[in-house]
Amino acid sequence: MPITMKDVQNAAQLARLELSEEERVRLVGELSGILDHIAVIAGVDTSAIPPTAQVVELNNVMRPDEVCPSLSPDEVLANAPAREGDFFKIRAVLE
Amino acid sequence: MSSALIELTAHEAAARLREREVSSVELTEAYLERIAAVDPRIHAYLRVLREEALAMARAADERLAAGESGPLLGIPIALKDVLTTRGIETTAGSKMLKGYVPPYSATVVEWLREAGAVFLGKTNMDEFAMGSSNEYSAYGPVYNPWDTTRVPGGSSGGSAAAVAADEAALALGTDTGGSIRQPAALCGIVGLKPTYGRVSRYGLIAFASSLDQIGPLTKDVTDAAILLGAIAGHDPCDSTTVDLPVPDYTASLVPDVKGLRLGVPREYFVPGMQPGVEQAVRSAIAALEDMGASVGEVSLPSTEHALATYYIIAPAEASANLARYDGIKYGYSAGGETMWEAYGRTRAAGFGPEVKRRIMIGTYALSSGYYDAYYVKAQKIRTLVKRDFDAVFADYDAVLAPTSPTTAFKLGQKTADPVQMYLSDACTLPVNIAGLPGISLPCGLLEGLPVGLQIITPAFSEETLLRIAFAYEQSGHFVRQRPPLGV
Repeated sequence: MPITMKDVQNAAQLARLELSEEERVRLVGELSGILDHIAVIAGVDTSAIPPTAQVVELNNVMRPDEVCPSLSPDEVLANAPAREGDFFKIRAVLE
Repeated sequence: MSSALIELTAHEAAARLREREVSSVELTEAYLERIAAVDPRIHAYLRVLREEALAMARAADERLAAGESGPLLGIPIALKDVLTTRGIETTAGSKMLKGYVPPYSATVVEWLREAGAVFLGKTNMDEFAMGSSNEYSAYGPVYNPWDTTRVPGGSSGGSAAAVAADEAALALGTDTGGSIRQPAALCGIVGLKPTYGRVSRYGLIAFASSLDQIGPLTKDVTDAAILLGAIAGHDPCDSTTVDLPVPDYTASLVPDVKGLRLGVPREYFVPGMQPGVEQAVRSAIAALEDMGASVGEVSLPSTEHALATYYIIAPAEASANLARYDGIKYGYSAGGETMWEAYGRTRAAGFGPEVKRRIMIGTYALSSGYYDAYYVKAQKIRTLVKRDFDAVFADYDAVLAPTSPTTAFKLGQKTADPVQMYLSDACTLPVNIAGLPGISLPCGLLEGLPVGLQIITPAFSEETLLRIAFAYEQSGHFVRQRPPLGV
């Protein structure tokens, strides 16, 4: 299944990745090559096979809901590109 | 004196520290000198922690003087830059995290600090651990100590090269599809990927969370057993760690394989592999047979689909994990008129080409209309890959195979074709898909370049893995050599 420019644009939009025209053109070719290779799995009969998401036989590991020490606001915000008081400063989400 | 010091394995150096023949400060200074002398040619380190290392060495000497002992107390170690280190810049080989100083350390880093290990520096790597040659580091490639026109493998290329070039006594790396074992093979050292769930991933900057594991890169099998023992165990901060007792792995270092049943999967000797690699690996397997193991050919029929399965699952998980890099909480930030524009620009400028490729594949495979055909299909084939191993392990104690189909390749040889690069992990990534432990150890030199033997055992049977590896190492069939690097 060849990848189209529209597929690349759609995936880039979902991934919040701004791509140049040159990158988009290159990715159409590269992703098509990779997906050609991946296409071999389409022929495998998996109708009776359950999926495996992870291999450790642990499910829903719970712990007591107890308060324990955590990082201070200054430590949490130390790497923030922009800060206001004890908050991350961001652009408006809603216009 | 100092050249002899840096050539010691960690357990040999620990014996000298214990006998007070040498101090941790002297040992650390010898490594810092070595790094200054050879790293301009190797580029294994992104950051050398001179002051921190010497302070840690002084503290270790005080603990030794007070009568404390421990296999890693005062031993200089290199840490892959994907492991967070509190107060020390951690970039994961990406521009996205340039200048990022984590407020906490990975659990394994904390445990090593408590054990008294000395942190020499943070090692170079493919960006976010995505790559098999270290050429995708945003900070420039690592050069193979055996031939600096060749790659060291990846993504833990810096850690492997540092150990091979005697720039560290041992190192930690991470392995998602072969990123410890393949560079260990290409650099002629030992590399061990533990069972998924054996070692805490807390503080490991995530690539593919169902596949990632942290593990040792060392000069010999004994050091691998020691370092694994120091990092293995249940961690409340990583709910995928399994609460099983951690055995004394050094107790399994017995040079005896009599009665062990070793399976050799025919699918791992692919037509495209270098004939000399196959010869070296088969010769090592014959040596183990001579020592009393029984050897039989086995089949892992889903191997041919493992690569495709991996290149859906790993990018899918990566595309979700890397969504956190938004230019708001930490890391690179490009700015923009709106938040959406800022996201797009930050990620465009912060990520390199391979990371973008994987995010795009993963996003595509998870997107509406393709999810069942790619992602769910891959998860079902993951079941088949695991069942293949389960079936073989019903009759065999271990599987033996090449680590990499080729020796170290030239810089630039595979960067133009992503699929060719991915194929260099064909023998290692099924092990991650099935969550099994695997080790690579040197078994030969081919035209002056190292060849790796891979041993794979059932989940949580690292003791069998180490026993076979140790028996081979001690047999003298192949004795590890040093790269002809000079000083």
